[in-house]
Amino acid sequence: MGILDSKIPSGPLADKWTKHKNDINLVNPANKRNIDIIVVGTGLAGGAAAATLAELGYNVKTFCYQDSPRRAHSIAAQGGINAAKNYQGDGDSNYRLFYDTIKGGDYRSREANVYRLAEVSGNIIDQCVAQGVPFAREYGGMLDNRSFGGVLVSRTFYAKGQTGQQLLLGAYSAMNRQINRGKIQAFNRHEMMDLVLVDGKARGIIARDLVSGEIERHSAHAVVLATGGYGNVFFLSTNAMGSNVMAAWRAHRKGAFFANPCFTQIHPTCIPVSGDHQSKLTLMSESLRNDGRIWVPKKMEDAIAIREGKKKPTELAEEDRDYYLERRYPAFGNLVPRDVASRAAKERCDAGFGVNKTGEAVFLDFASAIERYGKEKALTSGLKDPDKATITKLGEEVVEAKYGNLFQMYEKIVDQNPYKTPMMIYPAVHYTMGGLWVDYNLQTTIPGCYSAGEANFSDHGANRLGASALMQGLADGYFVLPYTIGDYLSKDIRTGKIPTDSPEFDEAEKQVRDRMEKLMSGSGIHSVDYYHKKLGKIMWNKCGMARNEKELKEAIKEISDLRKDFWENVKIPGSIESKNQELEKAGRVADFLELGELFAKDALHRNESCGGHFREEYQTEEGEALRDDENFKYVAAWEYKGEPKDAELHKEDLVYENIELKTRSYK
Amino acid sequence: MKLYLKIWRQKDASTPGKIVDYTLDGVEGDMSFLEMLDILNEELVSKGEEPVEFDHDCREGICGTCSLQINGEPHGPDRLVTTCQLHMRKFNDGDTIVIEPFRATAFPVIKDLIVDRSAFDRIQQAGGYISVNTSGNTIDANSIPINKHAADEAMDAATCIGCGACVAACKNASAMLFTSAKVSQFALLPQGQVEATERVQNMVRQMDLEGFGNCTNTGACEVECPKGISLTNIARMNREYLSATLKG
Repeated sequence: MGILDSKIPSGPLADKWTKHKNDINLVNPANKRNIDIIVVGTGLAGGAAAATLAELGYNVKTFCYQDSPRRAHSIAAQGGINAAKNYQGDGDSNYRLFYDTIKGGDYRSREANVYRLAEVSGNIIDQCVAQGVPFAREYGGMLDNRSFGGVLVSRTFYAKGQTGQQLLLGAYSAMNRQINRGKIQAFNRHEMMDLVLVDGKARGIIARDLVSGEIERHSAHAVVLATGGYGNVFFLSTNAMGSNVMAAWRAHRKGAFFANPCFTQIHPTCIPVSGDHQSKLTLMSESLRNDGRIWVPKKMEDAIAIREGKKKPTELAEEDRDYYLERRYPAFGNLVPRDVASRAAKERCDAGFGVNKTGEAVFLDFASAIERYGKEKALTSGLKDPDKATITKLGEEVVEAKYGNLFQMYEKIVDQNPYKTPMMIYPAVHYTMGGLWVDYNLQTTIPGCYSAGEANFSDHGANRLGASALMQGLADGYFVLPYTIGDYLSKDIRTGKIPTDSPEFDEAEKQVRDRMEKLMSGSGIHSVDYYHKKLGKIMWNKCGMARNEKELKEAIKEISDLRKDFWENVKIPGSIESKNQELEKAGRVADFLELGELFAKDALHRNESCGGHFREEYQTEEGEALRDDENFKYVAAWEYKGEPKDAELHKEDLVYENIELKTRSYK
Repeated sequence: MKLYLKIWRQKDASTPGKIVDYTLDGVEGDMSFLEMLDILNEELVSKGEEPVEFDHDCREGICGTCSLQINGEPHGPDRLVTTCQLHMRKFNDGDTIVIEPFRATAFPVIKDLIVDRSAFDRIQQAGGYISVNTSGNTIDANSIPINKHAADEAMDAATCIGCGACVAACKNASAMLFTSAKVSQFALLPQGQVEATERVQNMVRQMDLEGFGNCTNTGACEVECPKGISLTNIARMNREYLSATLKG
């Protein structure tokens, strides 16, 4: 077990980033023209990094499996992006954003990284507005804000319920400007199949053209992996169907440590599963918890009657409803952080109070918000003594303006009108805090291989706060990586073009081909999805919202057996040399089958509960997470040693110099 | 329910395609249209046949990857949804459903139901951006107040997901709704006005180069657009284009 060097600069917290920027080496503009950088993934982190690096003068190649960079899954982020602008004058500051993020992450993230994130957050908003991102505005023309879970200020900027889309289109437009200048070459419908190391440094990738099936070699002086999270290891998640861990996992197999894989975010407000055919889950933005109240019936007989369709939720009197978040956490109420809200929903449903056919759903109710807004609107419109119908109508209009697209999406999927009856929601896998281990410069343990956005582990600890993923992706891509990568590349100004005909590239390409041929040789009858669904069930049941030693041990065994079965039997029609979606899926699922086991191993070793990682053995009398700072105040970074079971643990001790470690309380 | 599917199968861009018949049983109303195709594909794979390839990703109506011409309509019979959000409850037991790729010269078929929409990327590369550096050293976000109405209208235009339904719906395979949405977003914001003249000219030039047809104001694009992008954007682009031409 080694000790990891996070390369955190010395000095006071608030000065670290500025000092570091002044201390690191730069590459002069003429030399930048001779340096190539590969960016894999074109979401917020990858798109922003590619655009900025190209603008600085480097030659950039981007890769994405989608048909256009604009379709990366950042696009699906709904609610907003945090920034410590304090436009509302409600006491926000860089320090508060930093503090909320560390606390929200249950004291398992790095102080210096998180402070830097808070420090650059304001710049992100300036940048995006300059790029033409149409954020929501107030009547006076100023930017509007709203609140998200786990904080007591309004610091979330938003563009209706499509903030991720608008920010991604902003980054994509910045990319387009560089593509038009010839500084970015975009390889769309391409998948990274492996990382190529030369003399221990990342020097390129092997990619597959997903249309022709051709295997390609691409070299560069540095490789950036911004390929998102691994939530799809659960099969059902809010991730896109194609979201996968392949690039990160290939790098892991080549020597990049994988940090805290068990830190996964189960988002409390998703549309519940409706049946076995289900291919993915849909999120209902956390912003809805600004106005929606979460409840289940107080009495068991009411819960049963609602499940059987004999009673309607709207028929239940106020006193027969259990607004359990408001009851348990009066200070934060419905806006507790995601991990807390998810566990509370599970607790009520496990106790038998679930409200849909499967018993795995709770209500998210807008009736009080509609009434409150309706009265306010009536007042400002000068209506005297409006009747109830008028108030409801006015209130519904306000709610529609705020959340219209989400309500419409809900209605299309569930076939119920959420203005008239409460939504039904249940937690679902949404985001992964774990990822490739990176130092302060966002470099992995492989020199020249960087990781940004959700793909790295760095800023969210054991639980991410709402509207912070967009902030981190853009911070990494626009404002961090372009500086730190220059320090590394300053040593490469005399290297010249990296050849792709070296033995290292030969060997990497051969491995990729062998692996695909092995996948195609399966002799069984089951499809890739069959295995993926089985893996997902193991993960959800045994590595989901609550975990225990016995089941984690079972999961490790079951995943390992399933992996063996998969490699011997998976059935893939078609050929390697053409477009083949089944083969694409197979390569991704093969890696999930390894990652899943490491995930369970990580969860098993962490004998504490913190953030999204809840071990049933470690909880307080009230059922809250029981952290063990004495023994687990560290980042668990796993080194690949063949099978996942042999992975070797390295620890990065987390040092808190500016924040006192406390039991996280939202009561 | 039981469905009779007529699906366009095409090996690759250079091989001619044809409609192939499939019968699918056990379809439920709560399934999305793509989940229905998943089930068909599971059956095909278990028989050792190649599954029907189609584009899809987020399956929540925002990435714009999914397409499909369903019974002659882009994204099928429902309004304001993409194919991934279309649910089978919109169909009846015993229905015959014809499923084809989006048809346009500028969208060549790659395989089965997958088409190449990279022409849209090239239109945006021609000018769909504001030439501001991403270094972060810009002015404070609140230093230019923007009228809420204009900001909201820009947002409405910006919600275009670039799926290509407008092109598939148009008898001329015109990309005017798509291009105009992008032009409008920037035209409505003060930040976009600096380069407005060049932007509209460059984007329209690229749109024509890609082989899209012209607009004859039938409005089919607006009807089929899953995001409800308004035809007024086309009027705005025409005005922008005309004034840009006059300015030279």
